[in-house]
Amino acid sequence: MKRVQGFFAGVWEFVVGDDWRTALGAVLALALTALLAGAAISAWWVMPLAVLGLLALSIRRAARGGG
Amino acid sequence: MSGAEIGLALSVFLACAVEAVEALTIVLAVGTTRSWSSAMSGVGAATLALAAIVAALGPALTALPIGVLRVLVGGLLLIFGLQWLRKAILRSAGLKAKHDELQIYNEEATAARAAGAKHPGFDGYAFTISFKGVLLEGLEVAFIVLTFGSNQHRIPLAAAAAAAAVLLVIAAGVAARAPLARVPENTMKLAVGVMLSSFGMFWGAEGAGASWPGGDAALPAIIAGVLIAANALAWNLRRGMRHVAADQAVPTEIPNQAVSTEIPDQATVSA
Repeated sequence: MKRVQGFFAGVWEFVVGDDWRTALGAVLALALTALLAGAAISAWWVMPLAVLGLLALSIRRAARGGG
Repeated sequence: MSGAEIGLALSVFLACAVEAVEALTIVLAVGTTRSWSSAMSGVGAATLALAAIVAALGPALTALPIGVLRVLVGGLLLIFGLQWLRKAILRSAGLKAKHDELQIYNEEATAARAAGAKHPGFDGYAFTISFKGVLLEGLEVAFIVLTFGSNQHRIPLAAAAAAAAVLLVIAAGVAARAPLARVPENTMKLAVGVMLSSFGMFWGAEGAGASWPGGDAALPAIIAGVLIAANALAWNLRRGMRHVAADQAVPTEIPNQAVSTEIPDQATVSA
């Protein structure tokens, strides 16, 4: 059981890293892009805005000691 | 070679070079203090394991429909890229400790000496530490090779770029006979973060159904935009840290007393 837990913890650490909020934000941004594109609305701008915002927030949290 | 292929080769080369420098430090430490033959056996076994991962997962990834592949690959590259960028920006501002290859070498060598008697033939400690070091440092590169390569159906090109980086680092290590402490690791990590985030954003959005203005021509603009944004964030963070340091500096009651402009230790986040 511990090995299975260790494996999943390793995968989580490998994929998500130090900041799960940023990873979640990237997934949500992709989902929003898909939703808008599916509705025939221009959606290319979502990812650049999301990446800039996510990175800035992540840096701000780390600078304030919030991980 | 197209612009995207040059980007692929450059990203994989830089990522692999950075990770190879870190793996080289570990292998040098156990090879020098324990056993070169066992350390090199560990390197060989880890390299085979990484090659097997790429060989097994590569065809599976390339069999996915292009839209699914691009969302999956784009999302993963974006998440990896943002991690690399975040760490590089924090390091540039002194909020995260930079990799000090000499210090890591000394720590690994001390641990290797303290790990008990050396075995005259096969040294399990040297093998295991080398194997783990190369496998763990190489795993992320293997995923970058797989994701970049599968998306453009150029896994051999990505693998060749990775191999070239490893050979270059090995040659530099053999020439220096020491850890490669002067390699600008943080700058290289920032460059890798910019490339991974840009390609991730580009492919992820395309896979999700969006169309970039100008098609493939948008990619250089995205890379430039991410590079400018990352540098602006790093500059802003360094400026903020200098203001904090200035605010916390001791007032000068004695005329000749120097005022410290160092970033306080308590602001430093451990690696």
